[in-house]
Amino acid sequence: MIPVIIGVSFLVFFIMDLAPGDAVDLMAPEGATAEDLMAIRHDLGLDQPVVIRYIRYMGGMLHGDMGISYVSKTDVFDTYMQKLPATIKLSFASILVSVLLSVPLGIYSATRQGTIQDNISMVLAMIGLSMPNFWLGLLLIIAFSLHIHLFPSGGDQTLSAIVLPALTIGTGLMATLTRTTRSSMLDVLKQEYLRTARAKGIPEKTVVMSHALRNALIPIITIIGTQLAGVLGGSVLTETVFAWPGVGRLIVDSLNMRDTPLVTGSIIMTTILLSIVLLLVDLLYAVVDPRIKAQYIIKRGRKKRG
Amino acid sequence: MEQTTERKARGQVAEIWHQFSRNKGAMVGSFIVLVIAFIAIFADVLLDYDTQVVGQNVAERLQWPSAAHWFGTDELGRDIFFRILYGTRFSCSVGLVAVSIGLVIGVTLGAIAGFFGGALEEVIMRSTDILSAVPNMLMAIVIVSVLGQSIWNLMLAVGITSVPQFVRITRAAVLTVRNQEYVEASKAIGLTNGKIIFKHILPNCLSPIIVQATLRVASAIISASSLSFLGLGVPAPAPEWGSLLSGGRKYIRDYSYMTLFPGLAIMITVLALNMMGDGLRDSLDPKLKK
Repeated sequence: MIPVIIGVSFLVFFIMDLAPGDAVDLMAPEGATAEDLMAIRHDLGLDQPVVIRYIRYMGGMLHGDMGISYVSKTDVFDTYMQKLPATIKLSFASILVSVLLSVPLGIYSATRQGTIQDNISMVLAMIGLSMPNFWLGLLLIIAFSLHIHLFPSGGDQTLSAIVLPALTIGTGLMATLTRTTRSSMLDVLKQEYLRTARAKGIPEKTVVMSHALRNALIPIITIIGTQLAGVLGGSVLTETVFAWPGVGRLIVDSLNMRDTPLVTGSIIMTTILLSIVLLLVDLLYAVVDPRIKAQYIIKRGRKKRG
Repeated sequence: MEQTTERKARGQVAEIWHQFSRNKGAMVGSFIVLVIAFIAIFADVLLDYDTQVVGQNVAERLQWPSAAHWFGTDELGRDIFFRILYGTRFSCSVGLVAVSIGLVIGVTLGAIAGFFGGALEEVIMRSTDILSAVPNMLMAIVIVSVLGQSIWNLMLAVGITSVPQFVRITRAAVLTVRNQEYVEASKAIGLTNGKIIFKHILPNCLSPIIVQATLRVASAIISASSLSFLGLGVPAPAPEWGSLLSGGRKYIRDYSYMTLFPGLAIMITVLALNMMGDGLRDSLDPKLKK
């Protein structure tokens, strides 16, 4: 994880340096002389070569100092943390929408493989996959905010403001999750232990919902985890469309201001967050599937002996 | 018994085509893709760019869809139907070129990593991890906003973000082929590594790469239009679909048709490409068929 973070910081820092012009050009007061600009650059350390700046920056990182925004002069870490709750709220709401809609639909399709219902839901999933997400957001605004005044079209002041953005992201994620649920369920439904369960006289509903679903969970959890990581990274477009004050918009805004410390810091924080979520998903496997835990224990045991 | 002998008589390509043509979704998808490609190639013949696509006609501004203007007109009186038709050229070329960039870089790196292994593989794969640790959209936004707004930078940004996937897929495919006997044989007769990779290994890794490329074009079109929507794509007045959407957004309250149609165009194109890609996957790799 740490090499990846160092790599990401290196990549972003140097890409930002390729840009023509810097923050000083954008924020300098009207009528500032060339000397004024040089003085500001000197204060910010921008007159140093990029390698020196990078080393200094990483030196700060080592003791948890992510630097100060060029533009707003606030601490980068604090600014990021201010925006993070909104993104987390939206991410979990979206995942909830996606899971509640996709998992039942996927199971429904799998148990009726090859029927019209199955085909229709697969076509719907394919359409969902092909729709640009921000366009869906705009359509939802037209329908539910401009025609029927049900939900606000932007901001996060009221509780109902989260409905439309969460629906937008959630239905966007739905396609992949439905398809995964369906194919994973189809694999499991062919297994012999399900025939055994049926032969024992267990009602079909229990067979599908507990015997089959539990064994089909691993790929489903993988997809949910990756999707959660994806939305936590900031759904730049949905946040823009709905004026949602989250991390995605923070990064785009600071990019426009050439605010290198804020951009680099936010992207590093995002990367750390994503790695943690993906790690948690890996740990969750062991909880869901005892076989994985058993394998791990066996391996460890062998190492000890060897 | 007759069935099997008949199957064997067909060549590999014919067999794939046979599988592919039986898949209705894939055929419909490919047909739509062909139509869209036709429109993109002949956009210049069908429409006059200066008068019909970017020419302003203030007398007819903001008209709802009618017989004269099928999809209505925008705030400068330009016909939205014509603009979308011509926009096919921008959106599709961005998708194609971006994926080609990702394909060339990704396949080369993936093949090198898979074939040589060792430290070289380690370096390539770790760099790939770093590149894919940043969310694709964010990376593309950073690249475009740093390099400046132009259609080439847009292609480059979307292309670079699709490199990691091509690297991984190619490496995985090369690993399965690397130890086959024919590779050993070509080493034994003294072929250079480059020849072995390009003539003997890659042709046997083609199917996953082709499928990935088709599906990638679809997502590249969405990424490109998203960037244009944020004002980071093709500069105005070129009628890229994402830019049309972002233009329509200002008039969303009273002229919602301006938002509806460009998105529909993106959706149909991407849907067709996805259906074609799914069909290709099923026919190229029967093992994957669910």
